[in-house]
Amino acid sequence: MRFYEFESKQILAKAGIPLPKSHFCKTPDQAAAAAFEVGGPVVIKSQVLSGGRMKAGGVKFADSPGEAAEHARAILALPISNLMPVGVLVEEKRAIAQEYYAAVTWDGRAKKAVIIFSDMGGIDIEEVAEKHPEHISRTHFSASRPFSDYIAKNAVAGVGVTGNDLNALTRIVAGLARVFLERDMTLAEINPIGKLEDGSIIALDAHMDMESEAARQHLDLLKELGVGPEEKRQARPPTQFEIDAERVDSADTRGVAGNLTEFDGNLGLIIGAGGGSLTLFDAVRAAGGKPANYCEIGGNPSVSKAANLTKLICAQPGVEKIAVMMNVVSNTRVDIVARGVVKGCIEAGFDPAEKIAIFRIPGSWEDEGFAILKKYGVPYVDRSVSMDEAARMAVENTKKKA
Amino acid sequence: MSILVDKDTTFIIQGITGREAVTMARECLDYGAKLLGGVTPGRKGREVHGLPVEDNVLAFTSRTRVDAAVVSVPPGFAADAVLEAIDAGIKLIVCVTERIPRKQVAQFVEYAAEKGTRIIGPNCLGVISPGKTRVGGIGGAAESTRRAFKPGRIGVMSRSGGMTVEIANSLSEAGLGVSTAVSIGGDAIIGSTYAELMPLFDADPETEGIAIYSEPGGRAEYELADYMARSGSKKPIVAFMAGRFMDEMPGMRFGHAGTIVEGRADTTASKIANLTAAGIIVAEKIGDIPRLLSERLGK
Repeated sequence: MRFYEFESKQILAKAGIPLPKSHFCKTPDQAAAAAFEVGGPVVIKSQVLSGGRMKAGGVKFADSPGEAAEHARAILALPISNLMPVGVLVEEKRAIAQEYYAAVTWDGRAKKAVIIFSDMGGIDIEEVAEKHPEHISRTHFSASRPFSDYIAKNAVAGVGVTGNDLNALTRIVAGLARVFLERDMTLAEINPIGKLEDGSIIALDAHMDMESEAARQHLDLLKELGVGPEEKRQARPPTQFEIDAERVDSADTRGVAGNLTEFDGNLGLIIGAGGGSLTLFDAVRAAGGKPANYCEIGGNPSVSKAANLTKLICAQPGVEKIAVMMNVVSNTRVDIVARGVVKGCIEAGFDPAEKIAIFRIPGSWEDEGFAILKKYGVPYVDRSVSMDEAARMAVENTKKKA
Repeated sequence: MSILVDKDTTFIIQGITGREAVTMARECLDYGAKLLGGVTPGRKGREVHGLPVEDNVLAFTSRTRVDAAVVSVPPGFAADAVLEAIDAGIKLIVCVTERIPRKQVAQFVEYAAEKGTRIIGPNCLGVISPGKTRVGGIGGAAESTRRAFKPGRIGVMSRSGGMTVEIANSLSEAGLGVSTAVSIGGDAIIGSTYAELMPLFDADPETEGIAIYSEPGGRAEYELADYMARSGSKKPIVAFMAGRFMDEMPGMRFGHAGTIVEGRADTTASKIANLTAAGIIVAEKIGDIPRLLSERLGK
């Protein structure tokens, strides 16, 4: 679950990390009042869950409250990567002498948490890693022991920082690492950390992601930030199709039939599970097909759940046919899925023999499943046909549409 | 031979009275696995398929040899269950549970390393050595499992449980069969990675080649490539990378918790280039795996 900059900064403030004066505003009037309160030049920043705000025109500078209001009005109306901002952050503008980068994240390879620190902040950290590896330090630490400040010190000293800056940066990075651990973050990043002309060091921009699976343990923090329990904070907002699929999945706890992502093709997909869905989606595209959606079915969904998902996908404008495909399944009953998709097709007003381009789910109860498909004239294949071949047949079949 | 488990491997299921665990227990018994019983706190004295249920792991380890434990408890209790099994001295833990926060996974994985315990998973289906035993729900009902997993020459490692079965099935259909298949788990942090299991496959005379299924996210494939360069491992590996479409969709999560493109190195394109450079054959199609392995094995 990704936090907005203003939320991330509230989390940092609670951890004692120094920040510029700032106000979260939802209207141009509020922005003007905030600029007046700050006094002097301000920066107005779009509060949107997307990078590249500066390039997109989502960050502007103002010397007066009037100018701040004007910029706020423009930014509040400006979508970035198809996302509308939830407000603007009006922040005092400070002259920066030097920028640093600090992030704490998980390293699946070391199976530990890691601090990534650089004295080349403010720019794309992957680019720094490629072109200036000597300006990046990576310092792993245990999630089992209480965090100790020396680890942060080693991270900062690792790029050659010393003197007062070392001590000030150590405090910031240690605070960041502690928040990361305490709040089950998957990423806690400050980019840039700014050293001001007066020598003080503050966090200028922040990006935090909390692990969705752990969110329930941090309801106190979420409540304080005003984050609702239903907020998903995906990389893009869900479409109606996706919301409807989520409803199908959550209405019935048996098995999984959902986790749908909309695409703009003509072949509806009922595919599963995690790895199988990825493989089949690729296979459809490799065969020249255009998927209308990604989704996952798995476990043991009921007939009605499979039917409801099928109905929903069939009902999308632009969906000409659907393909029902899975890897060789361990638990899912083939006959139940077969019954469900046939029922869903009929309820949506289609002939399953016409609407279903291919059915390929090998596994338990497959003979019973195949019998149902045969009865309704639905084309199906067994495990002797690979997932790629089944996907190719689905694409071919969709091309010869009635 | 096989890796991790063999026909004499004894194990328990933590959370055995749960709905899915009851099914798993039935399937393991039907397959001929040496399941001893299971643990559910407060349920001591009950039976599952005639096997004893105990309140804690020590009740088993104090009176008999327990080689492995399958953890099948809800995510809020899983880390505790893993730690309990480690402290009871069990040396192989298969953690089936998904949605465990990664801080907890990092904690128990670190503790397991200190204690010399191997962890498979979390978020996996388990381990199977066809014809010998299975530890976990991999393959489903015993009869389906026997059909998909024929004893044979190829080791399988996969981030997806379902694709472990799919690949094993295609190897079985092609007459190659499977020596041991490990569903390693789809999370961002897992107990045993490809590179950590490779030495076991390298040392196993029954395993002649290896099939790997992978996805975007994480850096495990780079570790594998490093292992290949370092070890001089000679057994042919065919890898398949799913989720190519995700390269165009950074920040979106599909399927498993660990499957998300967060940086350039997470993409399938970058991983494929790296694996290929390490001498690993990357299959374009999932269905090509048996043929590519047969070609390299020479028959």
